[in-house]
Amino acid sequence: MGLIARQLEAAGISTLGMTSALDITRKVNPPRAAFLDYPLGHTTGKPGEPELQRAILVEALRAFGELGEPGSVKMLPFRWSADEAWKRQAFAGGDDRKPRLDTPQYQSDEDRRRAEEAMACRVCEP
Amino acid sequence: MSAPVDYITRIRENYARLGYPTYAWVDNREPPRPPAWRPLPKPLSRCRLGLVASGGIYVSGQVAFHWKDDASLRAVPTSVRTEDLRATHFAYDLTDARRDPNVVFPIDTLRRLVAEGVVGELASHAYTFMGGIYSARRVNEELAPRIVERLRAEQVDASLLVPV
Repeated sequence: MGLIARQLEAAGISTLGMTSALDITRKVNPPRAAFLDYPLGHTTGKPGEPELQRAILVEALRAFGELGEPGSVKMLPFRWSADEAWKRQAFAGGDDRKPRLDTPQYQSDEDRRRAEEAMACRVCEP
Repeated sequence: MSAPVDYITRIRENYARLGYPTYAWVDNREPPRPPAWRPLPKPLSRCRLGLVASGGIYVSGQVAFHWKDDASLRAVPTSVRTEDLRATHFAYDLTDARRDPNVVFPIDTLRRLVAEGVVGELASHAYTFMGGIYSARRVNEELAPRIVERLRAEQVDASLLVPV
């Protein structure tokens, strides 16, 4: 996403990149970022906690006004858990990513059916 | 707060254990390649804001992403019903994103901030893709220019970017 941020900013669009992987973000060096120290898959908060999600985004969006130098990262003051035990587990158990299949991976069969129907309709349009 | 997770070191060690070649991370620090810089043109409360997210979010009825270097984009209406949002991705635990897409696609949060006047307005569409595209060249030459084009057409002043 940092590469996209750099192109958007070069095209005249101001960007703020959220990140939960500080070392990767520092290397890619996007114009402006806000670091949330949460496990991957929670870049803008915890599920079912709209007040926390709002607080995180409000604090992050302030970075637009606060950061003045290209490549700066705002450190957000939120913590996932008091003991931060999740940090020891991240990628520690080997590679648990799923196989890299090259066909659409639907969340449900119902989604697949709806998408295939929509495609069929598009084909029969004049 | 304890030190942030060193993902590059951990992923490198994992790849070495699996016998994969070392992944060459993009490095714009060494040698230094500073990013462009465009300050917000007006207060956020008057800006039209874009949203770009890489967590594999799509709307039910759209074709889902596949898991092998999928560099395609989905346009998600910012008026979308939250319960119609779906998540698919090979590289992160989807449990929480499927329970509440706002953890990687903060659409309800942004709509609320517009209602509160913190953000001026949202672009008519958010743009989503699936990260984990291993080729930085494809991101730079295929994906990023398409996103620039879409956000320009949406006439946004600024954009929030949410990777996973």
